[in-house]
Amino acid sequence: MTDTQTAPAGPSSGTGLQGSAPTPDLGRRLRPGETAIRGGLLLAALLSVGITVGIVVALVEPVLSFFRQVDVGEFFAVEGDFAVLPLVSGTLMVTLIALLVAVPLGLGAAMYLSEYASPRTRRALKPTVELLAGVPSVVYGFFALAFVTPALLQDLLRLDVGFTNALAAGLVLGVMIVPTVASLSEDAFSAVPQAMRDGSLAMGANRMQTTLRVVLPAALSGVAAAVVLGMSRAIGETMIVALAAGAQRNLSLDPREGMQTMTGFIAQTAAGENPVGSVSYNMLFAVGLLLFVITFAINMVSTTIVRRYRQAY
Amino acid sequence: MNSAVLTATREVTTANVTGRSRERTPGSLLFLGLLWFSLFFGVMVLVVLIVDTVLSGAPRFDSALVTRYDSTLFPERTGFRAGILGTVWLMLTTAVLAVPLGIAAAVHLEEFADPRRSWNRFIEVNLQNLAAVPAIVYGLLAVAVMAVLGFQRKGIVLGGAVALALLILPVIIITTREALRAVPEEIRSGSLALGATRWQTTWKQTLPSAVPGIATGTILGLSRAIGEAAPLLLLGIAGAVRFDPAGLTSPVTALPIQIYFMTSQSQESYQQAASAAIVVLLVMVLALNALAIFIRNKFQRRW
Repeated sequence: MTDTQTAPAGPSSGTGLQGSAPTPDLGRRLRPGETAIRGGLLLAALLSVGITVGIVVALVEPVLSFFRQVDVGEFFAVEGDFAVLPLVSGTLMVTLIALLVAVPLGLGAAMYLSEYASPRTRRALKPTVELLAGVPSVVYGFFALAFVTPALLQDLLRLDVGFTNALAAGLVLGVMIVPTVASLSEDAFSAVPQAMRDGSLAMGANRMQTTLRVVLPAALSGVAAAVVLGMSRAIGETMIVALAAGAQRNLSLDPREGMQTMTGFIAQTAAGENPVGSVSYNMLFAVGLLLFVITFAINMVSTTIVRRYRQAY
Repeated sequence: MNSAVLTATREVTTANVTGRSRERTPGSLLFLGLLWFSLFFGVMVLVVLIVDTVLSGAPRFDSALVTRYDSTLFPERTGFRAGILGTVWLMLTTAVLAVPLGIAAAVHLEEFADPRRSWNRFIEVNLQNLAAVPAIVYGLLAVAVMAVLGFQRKGIVLGGAVALALLILPVIIITTREALRAVPEEIRSGSLALGATRWQTTWKQTLPSAVPGIATGTILGLSRAIGEAAPLLLLGIAGAVRFDPAGLTSPVTALPIQIYFMTSQSQESYQQAASAAIVVLLVMVLALNALAIFIRNKFQRRW
């Protein structure tokens, strides 16, 4: 019987098991059931590609019908019913504020965890930082609306801010993406070889100088990737800005004003009553496609930075 | 006196050699203070958030909160029964849809795929990108999927679950792969050496060894999905549903959606109800996270 035959020993035909010694390829035996299972697994893996294709197809079709009704110039306009540029500027404003909060805090936390904390302290502190990412975004939105704007910005700092404003939304969004920046930067710092730190310390530098002038430059590509990924998360976050950033399109550079973002627009339009196929319903997909393209491009930049500029130590 | 000088000298030398004095300059201390601040700023925010929410939701910690339905007539007695049950339904359906698919994809990529093949590398890059796609875009995709499947009704359990499953699928795949990668090669080699096929090895040896890691990753993915409201909005899941979900095609609401709609109302009693509901949601999320940490600490083997 074929079952009792030993399979011919030979080089493994590629198993995905890196670093293993060549093993006899026992998968060569004819087993229809297993072939079917492997086919099923392959299909499941290909589904991820299918999802990407699905996103593009699902977005492109309504977008095409949107642009049959609305001129491209009307979409990429500063004002008008279908103007998207105020939404883009709102998104950029909120994202900028969020990064101003998240980059210093995230890098600081990562530096402490990687350069100062003992392994035990790190094990204890890292989950507390990551807890920030586990809080649902609608909760952060409520917090921005019910606490940050009235208590912090209006009462404590005496700022002349509206009920909804880009500042509160950006600040809270920044806190939310701290863990993203912190945990990726910490990986980058930890990847810097100990010998470089030892060399710096031996030359008489203290720990701060070593961290800032040796470890940080050496990990810069990883840090850049972390910041870029944090940015893409800030652009795509919806509930905080839907609640706290405002519901009016506003092409303004004043963060104290309310301004709608791309995601905020999608959420608001979706929650309203727009018949399927109407122009405003299709505009939702146009903004969605723009959002997808922007975040996709940013993610590609992030992975490229890591791949191209990573120094192999 | 001589010994005192000796001690002093020794201390100075020790300080110089170990670098203690270098670490005590004002600049370094300020820097360390800043690092501490950035580490604990988040915790401070979290504490303020929880205290503020609990205080403003305190008047509503009663049984009506979890046993009654949404009420516009008596906003001070509005409840989140439909939202809590809906969230549970959505979670279970999401898990059924996403977990088997995610694990299967991860097993293929980790155990069977040849990483040198270009299409496998393509799948990998693609997965990284999918993990960073905004949640709301998955909502748009799920709208299209439901249209293709021919469901006319909006706001049903299946639609929401499809969106959430698409959202957490990349997370499950990535964490499952990490769990599989942590299983030592010797276990696979030993099984193969005894004559098991590659699939038998995966099914009987590798997967069981990776179960704690997979469970942890899956639960963390589900805890991300539990608080997600944006994709559900796109599927037309409404805030005011006044009955329990009864099946996959039954209209449903979810806790974060109810919080969203209630926060948009200006009435004081709605704000209180929203705060109280947030506490319920946070308890659910924290319970899932605690479960994940418990599983990781209790069952994870280190080789």
